[in-house]
Amino acid sequence: MKFFSHETLETKLPWLIIAIVVVISIGGLALNVPLFFQPSATEPVAGLKPYTALQLEGRDIYIREGCHGCHSQMIRPFRSEAARYGHYSVAGEFVYDHPFQFSSHRRGPDLARIGGKFSDEWHRVHMINPRSVVPESNMPNYPWLEKAPANEKIIARKMKALRFVGVPYTDADIESAPGELAGKTEMDALIAYMQVLGIHVKSVR
Amino acid sequence: MSDFTSNFWNLYIVILTVAALLFCVWILAVVGKREEKAASKTTHVWDGDLTEYNNPLPNWWRGLFWALLIFSVGYLIYYPGLGSFKGLGGWSQVGQFDQEMRALEAKTKPMYDGFLAMSAEDLSKDQKAMGTAERIFQNECARCHGSDARGAIGFKNLRSGAWNWGGSPAEIEESIAEGRTGVMLPMGEALGGSDGVQSVVAYVRALSGLPHDANLVAQGEVLFDENCTSCHGNDARGMKEIGAPDLTDSDWDYGSSEKAMAKIVEFGHNSELEEGAFAMPAHKGVLSTGQIHLLTSYVWGLTNK
Repeated sequence: MKFFSHETLETKLPWLIIAIVVVISIGGLALNVPLFFQPSATEPVAGLKPYTALQLEGRDIYIREGCHGCHSQMIRPFRSEAARYGHYSVAGEFVYDHPFQFSSHRRGPDLARIGGKFSDEWHRVHMINPRSVVPESNMPNYPWLEKAPANEKIIARKMKALRFVGVPYTDADIESAPGELAGKTEMDALIAYMQVLGIHVKSVR
Repeated sequence: MSDFTSNFWNLYIVILTVAALLFCVWILAVVGKREEKAASKTTHVWDGDLTEYNNPLPNWWRGLFWALLIFSVGYLIYYPGLGSFKGLGGWSQVGQFDQEMRALEAKTKPMYDGFLAMSAEDLSKDQKAMGTAERIFQNECARCHGSDARGAIGFKNLRSGAWNWGGSPAEIEESIAEGRTGVMLPMGEALGGSDGVQSVVAYVRALSGLPHDANLVAQGEVLFDENCTSCHGNDARGMKEIGAPDLTDSDWDYGSSEKAMAKIVEFGHNSELEEGAFAMPAHKGVLSTGQIHLLTSYVWGLTNK
């Protein structure tokens, strides 16, 4: 049996596995790896700041409640999307997101530019019972958010972990984090997160 | 999106892509040669006598692979794909998007210019324009003001005819463009606790003809004159410069129950907004001036037929 033959691949499992890994890696190596060396994909857009302690806590509540199951945060560069949601999303808006919340489901509207679109009060009322302001809504109620205090115990650890993966939090940011959550509810945190989404890239809808 | 930190990444992509394609060419060539030999058997045997042949792919199938390879070469020449090479076709995702947006602008600008040349009053009678306005309203306004424009508790009913900030087209246009944030101060302390609050509520309910406790009205009137008239006016008809609502009409933004009214009087509303927070957001910069003018005439037209 020749070594460089189809028979080797089909009868020697380790070689088959190695060959499969090599073949399916090519696409990722050519498409994904160079993105790490493109400033347009790795540099933050002008004005983008790391999430504050309250916004970050809100982001974790967003993930915990599974908001990404129904809401995307990715406006694609199509006319219809820009007309409804605003400027299409750019990579530089997500550099402090670990992990990003692009999602691929839109049972509800895209939230990439929800920041500043509604008042805090609207978000509060809407989160407790969406049908009190939007009778047609099929979104569940999230009334417990207003009663649950924001978790100030582990926020500093979360921020340290994010700093480890490249988010530029200072020692002062991390030190003051638990204080910023003191007395705040999960609702406050989630609304703070909503209000900062996508506000750094603007255009007329 | 081909702003690599060094030219290495450009070459890296080109080499990987071309090598992968050449690899496919090589495989196809090898498989093609095998066709000339007689079909060979593999070593797979089942049930003692069922063996598997190692036949080459049918020609039509291999032909598809070759066609795909030729297509990919053409694709990589015409479209961007090989590193920084932009492709001969000059296509880009953002370029196509900009083109779509320019086409939209070219189509809608004459329309909006026409709207801007009309007064809001006239525009509100244009059925076709109002059809467009209705769709913008549903996308931009209905989340708070309701798809029927009747609002919700805490969100203005646009069909009531009661306007906190004024109901002329110019005032509505300003509300949409600049946004509005009305503030009701918490009055519980100034009114001397819940007894004072209850009597002011009774007085205000008497003003607008709602059921009330008549014994509290006299005291309520005294407290109202002392504490409330600087915003709501001596006649309690409100002050549109600061968005203070008319308390004599039957329109209640926050509900007309005694409980709801007492809550607003005692604890106020929006008085502890942090910097940057707002009630009705500003829409200039989000909507075009033409769109804002169109919405103004639509909203004005809801109560002025």
